[in-house]
Amino acid sequence: MSSNAALSDGLMGGFFEWFGDLGIFFWRVLRAAVRPPFEFRELFLQLDEIGSKSLPLVALAGAATGVVLSMEARYSLTRFGAKSLLPAAIVFSVIHETGPIITGLVVSGRVGAGIGAELASMKVTEQIDAIEASAVNPYRLLAATRILACILMLPLLTLASDACGVVAGWFAQALVEPLSFHQFINSGFKGADFNDFLPPTFKTAMFGFIIGLIASFQGMRTQGGAEGVGRAATSSVVLSSLFVILADVVLVKIILIFFP
Amino acid sequence: MNTIQQIANEPGTKRDPEEKHDGVPAVAVKDLDKSFGAQKVLNGVSLSVQRGETLAILGRSGTGKSVTLRIVIGLEKPDSGSVHIQGQEITHLTLDELGDIRKKMGFLFQHAALYDSLNVEQNVAFPLVHHKREMSKSEQADRVRQLLAEVGMEGALAKMPSDLSGGMQKRVGLARALALEPEILLLDEPTAGLDPISSGEIDELVLKLQQEHQMASIVVTHDLHSAKTIANRLALLDKGKVVIDGTYDELEKSDIEFVREFLKYS
Repeated sequence: MSSNAALSDGLMGGFFEWFGDLGIFFWRVLRAAVRPPFEFRELFLQLDEIGSKSLPLVALAGAATGVVLSMEARYSLTRFGAKSLLPAAIVFSVIHETGPIITGLVVSGRVGAGIGAELASMKVTEQIDAIEASAVNPYRLLAATRILACILMLPLLTLASDACGVVAGWFAQALVEPLSFHQFINSGFKGADFNDFLPPTFKTAMFGFIIGLIASFQGMRTQGGAEGVGRAATSSVVLSSLFVILADVVLVKIILIFFP
Repeated sequence: MNTIQQIANEPGTKRDPEEKHDGVPAVAVKDLDKSFGAQKVLNGVSLSVQRGETLAILGRSGTGKSVTLRIVIGLEKPDSGSVHIQGQEITHLTLDELGDIRKKMGFLFQHAALYDSLNVEQNVAFPLVHHKREMSKSEQADRVRQLLAEVGMEGALAKMPSDLSGGMQKRVGLARALALEPEILLLDEPTAGLDPISSGEIDELVLKLQQEHQMASIVVTHDLHSAKTIANRLALLDKGKVVIDGTYDELEKSDIEFVREFLKYS
């Protein structure tokens, strides 16, 4: 019993210590990010690395989601006699939730692991120390640029994912029952306004912040050799995915309050 | 091709050996204590280096040599004690404040720590790109070629670090450390893991650069031969303490048991 209590205390202590360290890390990144010199070159490199190179995977995941939604929704709505709502069900599901969350999870897998492993490898081979010894702030050069690139690229990737999901949803629908794309879009977006579209898309900027922050933090605090690099990559993916899902719960509630 | 002499004669590269510094040591550490968890690594270490002087820190593995060097450049904070760089205390400075001090220092890491995503040219140019923004790209490229010529690596501009041997990586690391014309050069095990010929070449190179640039240098090594070749003074560390600090002759004449033992097995 007492060993269970000690284990519980240890886990709680570790949890709070991790959060404390994350807070200190974020403060250092923030301080570095708002002061010149600004690392625009590295930022553009990261925009390409995180944005352009994630696009095919995000598009594919979005399209697959659109097809699955189309098949599932068709079955359910036909059963309840609401087949005419199928385009709207697909469009609203994709734009409101599946597009953003699928994009967040796909990027946290690809980019989170990439940033975590890259920075961890730099850490264990003293490359981060070498940057610091060269009088360059590694929080500004490595962490701030990656976090900002994630924040900027996630909404754009979400738009791509949404578009692919809607098109794939129409395609899956059209294969079963002929329907023009024009009709599908008209019916799907009927009654929709910017409040349906903008908040869910821009909430992914918060996903980007979470992915960039946690992956940079896990990478830059790595210790040990190859084992440490592997641990950093794994923990970056697991923790950023977990916090993306938790943030989604909170953000959906906030969006429903402010954009009913 | 630029020779070492040509580079040394350039304005701002070679320093006047008679330049006055009011006797302020280039580096002075006093009463440094440092622990990692329960392990006490440094226990009251005090050392100083004057301009134009090379100090070699020797000792067995795990006695705190590299930690001392990392504390000097601010990569580690001591638990207590002070570090003065050209008279300025640095242990309480923030990362950005340390930047100005670090621009005066060059650091060669034990495994060179070249950026593996950048080629040799980009590695050496890294400090210039970030701190010599007034230099045009062609001026930066010229400076990189000068530096690589200085360390005998002018033919490796486009190579990636993974294509270089350990000795070549250290040469490139040295060129990068010299990019901002540092007044203080810190070398962490410059000959570790190298064959005797490469070690000798690195020693000769460090000695030559030292003579040309008149920097204050601290070399961490457990290679006594290398230390004897490149350093004016040697400090021997044991269990986090400086056992002796003097010339090689003084070490040889010492009656201290640990010093005699160290010399016997070196």
